[in-house]
Amino acid sequence: MDKVYGAYLCTGCGIGEVLDVEGLKAAASETGMEMQEHACLCGADGRAFIEKDIKEKGVNTVVVCACSPRVMQQEFSFGEGTITVRGNLREQVAWTADEASEDGGVDEFLQEMGADNVRMAVTRAQKTALPEPYMLESISRKILVMGGGLAGLTAAKEAAAAGYEVTVVEKDAVLGGKALGWRKMFPTAYPYTTLEDPTIDQLVAEVSQNAKITVKTDTEVARVAGAPGQFNVTFKKTGEKTEWDAPARVTVEEQEQIANGELEDPNKGMKKYTLLNPDGELFGAVVIATGWTPASVNEFEHLGYGTVKAVVTNAEFEKLAKDGKVPARVAFVQSPGAKDTDQDFPYCNSVTSMVALKQANYVVEDNPEDGQAYILYQHMRTPGNAELFYKAMQSKDGIFMTKGSVTKVEQSASGATVLVENTLLGEDLRLEVDMVVLAAGMVPTTLNKAVANLAYRQGPGFSDLDLFDGYADSNFVCFPYETRRTGVYACGGVRKAETMEETIDDATGAALKAIQCIESANRGVAVHPRSGDMTYPDFFFQRCTQCKRCTEECPFGALDDDEKGTPLTNPTRCRRCGTCMGSCPERIINFADYSIDMIGSMVKAIEVPDDDEDKLRIAVFVCENDAYPALDMSGMHRNKMNRLVRFIPVRCLGSVNMVWIKDAMSAGMDGALLLGCHYGDDYQCHFVKGSEIATRRMENIGETLGSLGLEPERCGVRQIAISDYDKIPAIIDEFVEEIIAMGPNPFKGF
Amino acid sequence: MSDTAGNGAVLVVGGGISGLTAALEAAEVGSDVYLVEKNAYLGGRVAQLNHYFPKLCPPTCGLEINFKRIKDNRRIRTYTLTTVTSISGSPGNYEVKLETAPRFINANCTACGDCVAACTEEIDDPFNLGMRKIKAVYLPHEMAFPRRFVLAKEACSAETLDAVKAACKYNAVELDMQPKTFTLQVSAIVWSTGWNPYDATKITQLNFNSSPAIVTNMMMERLAAENGPTQGKILRPGDNKEPESFAFVQCAGSRDENHLEHCSYICCMATFKQISYIRAQYPEAKIYVFYIDLRTPGKYEHFREKFMHDPNTTFIKGKVADIVAERDGGVTVTAEDTLTTHKVSQKVDMCILATGMQPALGDAGKALGLKMDGSGYVVSEPEKGMIAAGCAKSAVDVYTSGQSSTAAALKAIQIAR
Repeated sequence: MDKVYGAYLCTGCGIGEVLDVEGLKAAASETGMEMQEHACLCGADGRAFIEKDIKEKGVNTVVVCACSPRVMQQEFSFGEGTITVRGNLREQVAWTADEASEDGGVDEFLQEMGADNVRMAVTRAQKTALPEPYMLESISRKILVMGGGLAGLTAAKEAAAAGYEVTVVEKDAVLGGKALGWRKMFPTAYPYTTLEDPTIDQLVAEVSQNAKITVKTDTEVARVAGAPGQFNVTFKKTGEKTEWDAPARVTVEEQEQIANGELEDPNKGMKKYTLLNPDGELFGAVVIATGWTPASVNEFEHLGYGTVKAVVTNAEFEKLAKDGKVPARVAFVQSPGAKDTDQDFPYCNSVTSMVALKQANYVVEDNPEDGQAYILYQHMRTPGNAELFYKAMQSKDGIFMTKGSVTKVEQSASGATVLVENTLLGEDLRLEVDMVVLAAGMVPTTLNKAVANLAYRQGPGFSDLDLFDGYADSNFVCFPYETRRTGVYACGGVRKAETMEETIDDATGAALKAIQCIESANRGVAVHPRSGDMTYPDFFFQRCTQCKRCTEECPFGALDDDEKGTPLTNPTRCRRCGTCMGSCPERIINFADYSIDMIGSMVKAIEVPDDDEDKLRIAVFVCENDAYPALDMSGMHRNKMNRLVRFIPVRCLGSVNMVWIKDAMSAGMDGALLLGCHYGDDYQCHFVKGSEIATRRMENIGETLGSLGLEPERCGVRQIAISDYDKIPAIIDEFVEEIIAMGPNPFKGF
Repeated sequence: MSDTAGNGAVLVVGGGISGLTAALEAAEVGSDVYLVEKNAYLGGRVAQLNHYFPKLCPPTCGLEINFKRIKDNRRIRTYTLTTVTSISGSPGNYEVKLETAPRFINANCTACGDCVAACTEEIDDPFNLGMRKIKAVYLPHEMAFPRRFVLAKEACSAETLDAVKAACKYNAVELDMQPKTFTLQVSAIVWSTGWNPYDATKITQLNFNSSPAIVTNMMMERLAAENGPTQGKILRPGDNKEPESFAFVQCAGSRDENHLEHCSYICCMATFKQISYIRAQYPEAKIYVFYIDLRTPGKYEHFREKFMHDPNTTFIKGKVADIVAERDGGVTVTAEDTLTTHKVSQKVDMCILATGMQPALGDAGKALGLKMDGSGYVVSEPEKGMIAAGCAKSAVDVYTSGQSSTAAALKAIQIAR
């Protein structure tokens, strides 16, 4: 599009009182853009002022220098064909001012800050382009559900009910999964006192008869290749090995070793991961519902599993109960730690407390005369409405419960002897029982296996699941459905040990996310967390040196590479964080409205006085997700802000290309600082790795500066939470003080 | 989207984390969504939390991204200060009457804050549970979305109202604003009306009103928050003493047939989280936790483990029978330790009641024809297009709310299609 610019300055909300309006307009006209002022741009009159230019002068690129881009979006949105660029003069400049001076004079340093924000906004407008969505040539709206248990069947049924075709793949001969073996289900309705008959048969029947659902039993997924909207899926018979199996991950170093004959190719004889199977079936999105396996209890030797015959797991006991009558005297052991710890068995969540209550009920139900169930717990975990079932079981004849430390289970003539200490009864217990049931946990199938079987450059499974105990998670709490692979959503036992009621909700939610991903791909927009974003990374391949940094660093495994090592883009896998853009030493990766040139030009637009030691300049690249809002709120609190810094918003610190730091330093700026999210085990980065990767890059550039004779400490990174708004001024002051102590950039003015 | 988008639209009632999730997830599939919230701002209960457990990160971070999603999505229309007054029609074709209470500040508001300086009247700050005074014209909190002021007109004299109006350069103060009723045509309704802290005064043996040293866990969140009444310093209300000892009273109202039958799910983890707040400020303070069970299942067990061996934290299995105010400003907490069967009396400087979750919709739900269970939770009837989500459905944590409200979005879309 041929851009017609219109630049507007709002003098309201205090801007015009503390800044010199003519000076700001002059800063804009340096770049050939005449800026018009208005006392309240966001009001009806102000908007009409802009709309008049759009109508009469054909303005299609609007620069609004006013409040933060985080507010008044609707007011400054002028339709789809019109670009709006915002310059922040209110929260980050005017509201950081001292009290207006008596003589109405303007603070020179504040004015320079405002003028630079105007220059940067104008530059951004000149460098931005209207995004055009990435449209797939064809799209599959079908959903692949891996796993035919309760979670998978529910996801299939719910997606079909919304009008989508689904294929369910089950490795076993029949659908139903673990639930087929349950004798009863937990209560699902008030007053939550009575166990319910399983409904799994009904669900299996519904799914089997549903015309929108295709069922493949005795089948596994060999590989999922491609990308959301057009995943190419190869099926195989359960247990078979095929040349289309998902290839193992091969790192860049391993690739070299293989090429040099120093390492055997683990994927020898298999189809390369970038190949699409001509016989593969196309799907738009994938739901992983491959469930869980019972946890091993062998490590707890004092509990006698494997040595004392009468000791079984809860899963084994359920099978007994399903097949017939259970023994009359049964002890249920909830916590394996004896006197050392009061934790439950690993991978329990709160499900195993409920299972024990359910199974205790079998004992008294099957043995009305002499049934005795002993639940030995450290903490009964029956959250929410499950408490009502716990209560009901407490009042049941024949069910005894006590807190206690089970120190030993021994073989006895009739079954087993259970020794319990520290009980609520004030004495140690020695229980003679027919059977002992251990509350084994539910291990997600994702713990040891790459169940997604993705044919991706970064390997077949999800990354870094050790942070989540092996569960298919990537951002606990806030982004509950996101995995590290776009278009692949997990539910059921791979996410958390869940009750059937929870699983139904979870699977319904996963079906929604799968549908949403397909519809987003169809509209050519990003999914969470930049949902609706029409931009995507554009590669200028002629200049690619095949360094593979982008493919390695993408937190979401979006990029593959071809035989030569040139990246293969998969835009529908992309979350649009720009980590690839930040990684590229050749600077060939850009977005329509966010590019190396754009930010670099904004940095260069900052005026750097080369002869004034009091006017040092520090470029601060600010994560727009958390640090930028924190700066805004600091302004709302009317906190002062250091006037030597210039804030440049970035999508994620991961997108910060080190060339911008070099741009800043070679423009004579005296330091560069990145403000981004906390990283580490409890990372808060919306794109998982951005702030961590940026920190590593900054350490490296620090060394580069060192080799030029500049202090590495001129480049820094600070982790900022959105709630740190009152702390930010001091954090920035501290950094600036360090730069002042180092003195001006010696290359200034060269 | 127009007010009469009609068939296919989804109404989400309640704009806390569950309602935001349900609304956004439905809109990002492509549905038209109306999101209504009775408060003057979206974000609900989590907006008041200092940190989320177990990551100890600020909930405003998660709210910010949701607000951004709303701003970027033309399919969602939000209404604050709004409640549902009646529903008629049938699944796929409901007519819903709503009422918006007057904010007395219109859409011209730029949140510049000039009105605040002109206002002399003060009110109890509802966001901070009355623990501080604020001006009667106010932004509910820093992150409030929509970012627009509210005027507590009833708290102001005529002169103040005039002064506030005169101070606004943008003609945003509208003193004669009236309640506004309107009608929406929708296919399905998601109920994400959340919870209120159980009224601690009802638990008579805990003597909540007898001493300012007794606070609820929600008050503790505000005391620990930097935008709270004490700028994040945990001080004893009343005399601002730096407490040297704390007692946590678990199940304050929960798991109790005289109060709330259910377990409120989050209070154990909330207490461990609040222990982390205390430890950050008072490394040596004595902490006593009176509990029945420590319900920190699954992933949360790792978080609990960090505090279980703290030499200055004592866990006492026993339900608190009495709290007595002491002359020095502290309180004595009495319980029976069920492990030793001994009566324990512990004097502390400050006592936190882990009050549970009371479903917020209450009798209003019944009046609107919803199916409610014996505890006051909404029972989903998806075939009728009435779907419950989050804590309107049952007591859950934020993570589980995310699941159930995403599920609710799909159930609503099924009706809408």
